Amino acid sequence: MRAAARAAWAAGAVAAVLALAACGSGAGPAGGSVLSSSWGDPQNPLEPANTNEVQGGKVLDMIFRGLKRYNPRTAKAENMLAEKIETTDSRTYTITVKPGWRFSNGEPVTARSFVDAWNYGASLRNNQKNAYFFGYIEGYDKVHPASGTQSADTLSGLKVTGPRTFTVRLSQAFSSFPDTLGYAAFAPLPRAFFTHHKDWLDKPIGNGPYTIASYTKGAQMYLKKWDAYPGPDKARNDGVTLMVYTDSNTAYTDVLAGNLDLVDDIPATQLKNVRSDLSGRYINSPAGILQTLAFPFYDKAWNTDGARKVRTGLSMAIDRAQITRTLFRGTRTPATDWTSPVLGTDGGYQAGLCGRACEYHPAEARRLVREGGGLPGGQVRITYNADTGSHKEWVDAVCNSINNALGDDHACVGNPVGTFADFRNQIARHRLKGPFRAGWQMDYPLIQNFLQPLYYTNASSNDGKWSNPQFDRLVDRANAETDHTTAIRLFQQAERVVRDNMAAIPLWYQNGSAGYTDRLHDVALNPFSVPVYDEIRVG
Amino acid sequence: MGRYVARRLLQMIPVFVGATLLIFLMVNVMGDPVAGLCGERACDTATAAQLKREFGLDKPVWQQYATYMGNVFTGDFGTAFNGQPVLELMSTAFPVTIRLTLVAIVLEVVVGVALGVVTGLRRGRPVDTAVLLATLVVIAVPTFVTGLLLQLLLGVKWGWVRPSVPPQATLDQLILPGLVLASVSLAYVTRLTRTSLAENRRADYVRTAVAKGLPRRRVVVRHLLRNSLIPVVTFIGTDIGALMGGAIVTERIFNIHGVGYQLYQGILRQNTQTVVGFVTVLVLVFLVANLLVDLLYAVLDPRIRYA
Amino acid sequence: MPDQQPFEQPGEPRGPVAGTGTGGAMDLAASEAAGLAPDPGGPAPGGPAGRPRSLWSDAWHDLRRNPVFLLSALVICFLILIALWPSLIAPGNPLQCDLARAQDGPRPGHPFGYDGQGCDVYTRTVHGARASVTVGVCATLGVAVLGSVLGGLAGFFGGAWDAVLSRITDIFFAIPVVLGGLVLLSVITSSTVWPVVGFIVLLGWPQISRIARGAVITAKQHDYVQAARALGASNTRILLRHIAPNAVAPVIVVATIALGTYIALEATLSFLGVGLKPPSVSWGIEISAASPYVRNAPHALLWPAGALAVTVLAFIMLGDAVRDALDPKLR
Repeated sequence: MRAAARAAWAAGAVAAVLALAACGSGAGPAGGSVLSSSWGDPQNPLEPANTNEVQGGKVLDMIFRGLKRYNPRTAKAENMLAEKIETTDSRTYTITVKPGWRFSNGEPVTARSFVDAWNYGASLRNNQKNAYFFGYIEGYDKVHPASGTQSADTLSGLKVTGPRTFTVRLSQAFSSFPDTLGYAAFAPLPRAFFTHHKDWLDKPIGNGPYTIASYTKGAQMYLKKWDAYPGPDKARNDGVTLMVYTDSNTAYTDVLAGNLDLVDDIPATQLKNVRSDLSGRYINSPAGILQTLAFPFYDKAWNTDGARKVRTGLSMAIDRAQITRTLFRGTRTPATDWTSPVLGTDGGYQAGLCGRACEYHPAEARRLVREGGGLPGGQVRITYNADTGSHKEWVDAVCNSINNALGDDHACVGNPVGTFADFRNQIARHRLKGPFRAGWQMDYPLIQNFLQPLYYTNASSNDGKWSNPQFDRLVDRANAETDHTTAIRLFQQAERVVRDNMAAIPLWYQNGSAGYTDRLHDVALNPFSVPVYDEIRVG
Repeated sequence: MGRYVARRLLQMIPVFVGATLLIFLMVNVMGDPVAGLCGERACDTATAAQLKREFGLDKPVWQQYATYMGNVFTGDFGTAFNGQPVLELMSTAFPVTIRLTLVAIVLEVVVGVALGVVTGLRRGRPVDTAVLLATLVVIAVPTFVTGLLLQLLLGVKWGWVRPSVPPQATLDQLILPGLVLASVSLAYVTRLTRTSLAENRRADYVRTAVAKGLPRRRVVVRHLLRNSLIPVVTFIGTDIGALMGGAIVTERIFNIHGVGYQLYQGILRQNTQTVVGFVTVLVLVFLVANLLVDLLYAVLDPRIRYA
Repeated sequence: MPDQQPFEQPGEPRGPVAGTGTGGAMDLAASEAAGLAPDPGGPAPGGPAGRPRSLWSDAWHDLRRNPVFLLSALVICFLILIALWPSLIAPGNPLQCDLARAQDGPRPGHPFGYDGQGCDVYTRTVHGARASVTVGVCATLGVAVLGSVLGGLAGFFGGAWDAVLSRITDIFFAIPVVLGGLVLLSVITSSTVWPVVGFIVLLGWPQISRIARGAVITAKQHDYVQAARALGASNTRILLRHIAPNAVAPVIVVATIALGTYIALEATLSFLGVGLKPPSVSWGIEISAASPYVRNAPHALLWPAGALAVTVLAFIMLGDAVRDALDPKLR
C-alpha cells in the first residue's frame, strides 16, 4: 500500500509540474517599437542626489533633464533647461530657467523646482550620498556639518529671485561650476517628491523624455516615451523595458537568443567571439573611466624619494599594451595620462603626458626599483576586492608582468579582500601597506573631476592621503580662474605634479561596450558608458 | 508519535534562537557595512554617522539583536540598503526558489533513484560504467560550465528554451535550471541508491521474497527499494538547505532573483537585516525538512519507532 | 570500467575492516579494528561458520585480490607521489607565465597548452595536485570522522543524545558557506591549506553526521543487534562491531563524492578572496579561472578538471571495494 501511495505521490508531483507549466510563459517585451535593455538593480533609492552608480544613473538619465546636459558624443556641457547662467566673479551665479518645461505630471519646472531639490540633496537629515556635490554652495556647512546636528534646513547660498530665476552663491570661486550642473544630483524635482515621497519612490516622476510606466523592484522597469516632452531630444522609440540581470553574461546570451535587444556591458569572456556572434552589432567606445594603482602615502615606506623611483619602476614593469590586448581585447586602452580621452584635448586630456614612465621597459624598471632601495618589505601586494568586477584577472596579469620584469616570482602578489565594504574599510583605516586598486569614473567630463577629488589634500577620494602643496595651489588657482583655457592649463600643470611624483600609476582607460540585436539602429554609448536611449530606433 | 513531533517542534525554539544569534554575530563581525555604500569614495563622516543611526548600527550588538528579534515577532524584518523592506525581498525571492527547489528535488528523486536502481541491479555492466563516468563529469566540471554550455546549446543554438528565466519563473521555465542545480545532488542520490540497493539485494527478506516467487518488479520496488531509500531520503533532507540557499551559481546563470542571490548580495553588502531574515526562514525550512525525514524513516522501515 | 563481482568466499560476517587510511569512515573502522583484530569470532548469529581468521585479515584478503582496489590504490599512490614531489614529472615553474601565450593550444614542451594568464597548464596541473589532494583528502577525512562519530552517537543512543547532537547539527546547517568563509577565514593570515581544511570540516560535518545517524538508526533495528544486546554485549562492542560496518556504506558513498566537491569548494573560497592566498596553485583555482573561457579555450579547463575526475574516480572505486569487502551479505 505504502509503495502505491508513494508512486502516486511521485506521479502527482510530476503532474503538478506539468500542469503549472501550462499556465506560465508569455509576457515578453511589449510590442511596437519598444526595446528591452539590460539593467542592474539600483543600490540606492532612485533619488537624484542619492544615486552614485551607473544603474540608477541610467534611469535618472532617461527621466530627468537638468540645467545642462553632456553631449552624448563630445561630452561638452550644453544648456538644456538653462536659458542662461551668468557670473562676473565665478562665485555668484544667476541662473535663468527656460520657459515651457514641465514635469510629466504637468507641473511646470521653475526656479523653485531646482532650489528645493538642491536643498533636499544637501540636507544631512535626508541621507543623500551625493550631498557633497552641493559642498561648494554657501551655507553647506550649516545644513550638512561634518559632525553634530544641522543648524539650518536650506542653503543660504540659494535664493529664488523670480519664477524662472535663482542665484547661487558659492563659498569660493569655482569657474567650472556651470559645467558640473549636468550631473544627475542637480536635477529639478516636482512637488510630489516632497509631498508624496513614498509614492514617488515607487514610481519616480521627472521631466525627461521618458516616464516610468511600471516598476517591479528587482525585476524590471518599463519606461514609456513621454509624447508631450517639451525638450529637443524626444525619444525616437516608443519605450524601453529595463530588465534586471545579475550577470551580464546571461544578458549577452539573451541578446544572442533574441530575448533581449541591448546589453550594455559585454562580459570580458565573450569579447573574443563578440564580433562573430553579433555580426558587427557591437560598440566599443571610450568612457570617462580610468583605472589606476593608488599607494598608501600615510605609510612612511611609500612616502620617500626612493619610493617615487620604485613607483615609477613598477609602472614601467607593467606591460599595459599586452594586458589590454589579451585580457581586455581592446575594451581598455593603455593610459598615458591621469585623465581620460573623452575630455578631448581642449578639455585637458594630454596623450603621452606620462611618457616613458607608462611604457613597458623591464630593464629600466629593474634599475629604478634597485636605485629606489628595492620594494618596501621586499614584495608588493596589490589589494583589490574580490566581490565585484573581475579584478583578480588583471591584478594577476599585472603581477605576472612585474614579476617577469623584475625577475622575481614573488615580487608581486594579489591580495584579495572578500567584500567591497571591507576593502573600503581597510583603506579608510589605513591598514593597507601596498598599492591598491583604484577606479575612477568621472561624475562630469571636466579635468577638475579627474584631479581634485583624487589628489587634493584630504579630498574625498584621496584614499592614499597624497599631499602636495604645489598641486593644491595650482588647483586652487585653476578653480578661481575665470578664463576657461587658462583654467585648463593650470589643471594640466597640476597634473604634471602628479606625474613627477607618480602619485598613482595610471593603468588603462576603460571603454564602454554594448551589443544589440538587428532590431535596433543608431545605438551609441555616451561618455558615461550608458546607452543613449532616446536616439535608438527600433525596427 | 504525536508526542515525538511535539517534542521536536519545541526543540526548534533553541535552534532558532541559536542560529539567528550566530548569524547576527557573524555578519556584525564582518565590520562596518556603511563604508561600502558610497562607491569608490569615503562617505562623508556626517552621512556615514546618519546612515549608521538609521540602520541601528550605532547601538551595541546585543541591543541590535534584541531590537531585531522584537521587530521580527511583529512581522518587521527590517530594510535592505536599497530601501526595500526585507519582507518584500523575501516575498519575491522565496516563491521562485521554492519552485526551483521543487523541480530540483523531483528530478533528484525521479532520475536519481531510477538511475540508482538501474545501476544497482546491473553492477559492472556498461550502463553502470556510463553512469559512473557521467557522475565524474558532474563532479569535476563546475555547475557554472555545465549551466553555461547547456544555456548556449539549448537556448541559443537549438532555441529549445529561453536562456534566462523571466521574472514570473514558471515551473516549465525552471526545468533546465533545476536540472543544473540538481546535477551534483543527482550524483549523490544515484550512487547512494545504487550502493544501498546492492547491499540489500542479498538481505534475507529479499531472498525470501524471491523464494516466494514474487515477480521481480514487485521485489525490487516493494522490498528492495523501500528498504534502500533511507540513506537517500536522509541525503535529500540535508540537501534542501543547500538547494534553497546555495543556488548562487545556478540563479546567476539563469538570472533568477531567488534566495541564493539575495542572500549572497546581503552577505557581500554586510546587510544584517537581509541575511538574518533569509537565514531565519531557511532554518525553519531545514528544521521542518529534518523532522519530515525522521518521520519518513518510520514509514520506510516499520521497525523504527518513535516514542 | 570493471566493477567487482560479488565475493562468494565464506568469511566472518559484519567484521570491521582495515582501510588504507583513505576515506574517513574507513579510517574509523581501521582504528577500531586495530583494537579488535586479535579478538576472534564474536557473536555472529546467522553467519556461516568460517575459518578461524580475524576480521581484519579477512577483509584485507578480499581486497588484495580485488583488481579495482589495486588499481585505485595505485592511482592514489601516484597522486600522493606527485603531490609530494611535483617536480619529478613537471620540472617547470608554475609561476612562470607569459601573457603573450594566453589560451594558446599545445606545443612541443607544453603538451596541455596555456591558460588565460599564459601559464603552462601541464606544470600548473601537476603542481596543483598538492593543494587539491591535501584539501580533498584531509577535509574528507575530517568531515567523515567527525560526522560519523557525532551522527553515530546520536543515532545509536537516541533520546537526549540525539536531541542535543542533532540540534547542534541544525545550527551548523544554518551557516551559509559564503558568510562562514568571509567571517572565519578572512581573519586568518596563514598561507597554508590548513585553515581551508579546517573550515570545510567545520561546515561539512553536519551532512555526514545526518547520513551516519540515519544509517545507524536503521542498522540498530537489525536482529543481530538485538541478539548481541540480549547476549549482554556492551554498547561499545555493539556499536563498533555490529553497527559501524553495516552503517558505513552511505558514509563512504557520500564522502567519496564530497571529496571532489571539497576540492571545488576550495576554489570558491579562493575566488571569494578567503581561500588559498595568491600565488597558490590548485586544480580548483585553475578550473574556476578557466571556466568562463570554456568556449574559447576548453583545454585550460579540461586538464585540471580531468585530474580532479581521476582523483574522485580513484576514491570512489576504493570506497566501493572497501565497502564490498566489508559487506557480509555479498559473500
